[in-house]
Amino acid sequence: MTVKSNLIRIKGIKDGLVFLLDDKCAFEELLSELRYKLEHSHQNILTGPIVHVDVKLGSRLVTEEQKNAVLDILKGQGNLLIRTVEALEEPETVDKSPFSLMGGMVRSGQVLHHEGDLLFMGDINPGGTITCSGDIYILGALRGMAHAGVGGNQEAIIAASLLAPTQLRIADVISRPPDEWEKRESSMEFAYLTEGAMQIDKIHNIVKMRQGLNVFKGV
Amino acid sequence: MGEAIVVTSGKGGVGKTTTTANIGTALALQGKKVCLVDTDIGLRNLDVVMGLENRIIYDLVDVCEGRCRLNQALVKDKRFDELYMLPAAQTKDKTSVTPEQVKDIVLELKKEYEYILIDCPAGIEHGFRNAIAGADKAIVVTTPEHAAVRDADRIIGLLEQSHVDSPKLVVNRIRPGLVKAGDMLDIEDILQVLNIDLIGIVPDDELVIKAANNGEPTVMNPDSSAAIAYRNIARRILGDAVPLMQLDRKTGAFQKFKKFFGMG
Repeated sequence: MTVKSNLIRIKGIKDGLVFLLDDKCAFEELLSELRYKLEHSHQNILTGPIVHVDVKLGSRLVTEEQKNAVLDILKGQGNLLIRTVEALEEPETVDKSPFSLMGGMVRSGQVLHHEGDLLFMGDINPGGTITCSGDIYILGALRGMAHAGVGGNQEAIIAASLLAPTQLRIADVISRPPDEWEKRESSMEFAYLTEGAMQIDKIHNIVKMRQGLNVFKGV
Repeated sequence: MGEAIVVTSGKGGVGKTTTTANIGTALALQGKKVCLVDTDIGLRNLDVVMGLENRIIYDLVDVCEGRCRLNQALVKDKRFDELYMLPAAQTKDKTSVTPEQVKDIVLELKKEYEYILIDCPAGIEHGFRNAIAGADKAIVVTTPEHAAVRDADRIIGLLEQSHVDSPKLVVNRIRPGLVKAGDMLDIEDILQVLNIDLIGIVPDDELVIKAANNGEPTVMNPDSSAAIAYRNIARRILGDAVPLMQLDRKTGAFQKFKKFFGMG
């Protein structure tokens, strides 16, 4: 395979080399050109004494894995010493952000939207809406509508001290609670999805579905 | 400087106008200088309930459009010298005045009167914004029905976003028998959802309907249980600690109410 495009530009600076990687093309193309240039076309320049290298990935969104793939190829050349890597962070940090804490009342007609997981201290009243891209934990009464996993996260859950919602939504699954929910004693409960169907369980059973959770096992 | 209190509910027909007329009259009974303002332009009722319909010469819209001075539009009550009413126009609609204009009028009235009670139209649109524009405080009226509580909740949310201070709740038209039988929402249920201070409960009383049709606020009739309830609300507005009316409720609920007024 011959690659003649110019996805990777190598510039010499005072104390090393700068690799400017194109940020529009497919990531695989980028890797193959990088490999090609290092192993074939630019072999002469890139062998010899140790050179410091700055890698610039432009405005491409890369995962940690992809970043490592680029670095591995560069490390294959024994004389290249990677000094800096510039790249945009993957926005997955939003989903995995630590808890946000909020308090108050979401009243009829009001909408509370949050990116990430939210611990809300207060009530969601009938006609009120709380939506989150991650999990929703309510220390209070959920009497309105809650939508967790907005954007399609099926792993999201909704938990509330008093789970008496008008409607529950997780990702794109909508569930209207049966009437008997109202009469159950109010211990903290949560809603989650199993194979696309909404389920309700006591909060302590969350450890069964959240494997990574720090489980308290007594002392 | 007087105090402007808006009486609002969101839902129609829960008794805003009756509450305005009766609390206003009760405050006048206590010797306060009171002005009632009807902001329900196009559907005015306050004048009818007060029995002052045939005395109206100018109205709120006339004042806003400069056809008369504020004092000329005020209608003096037939029972009390210190009770006045600013009627709404019946021929226009809500958009014929702006919130700023209403605010200016209320500010003007506050110089002259100790209490200004503003009767708010149903809904959350322009009329509602007119009504709350000049208000310092708010009384939210609801009845023990889900629909009314839902709307009250919406209104409280809107009030909390506005400049109006912590609204107070009046639960109107309670029927103790129905509550006891579990067929009507309990006051405690309502308070749990709305989460604001209760300033009074008014029992359902046929005398209210009769009085309103006669153009005579119920509060004038001491035989009516609703009249006592309205007088109690007026006293609470004045800062008295009046216990809530006993409506055959369980003591647990009653103790909780007492706490609201610093008696528990």
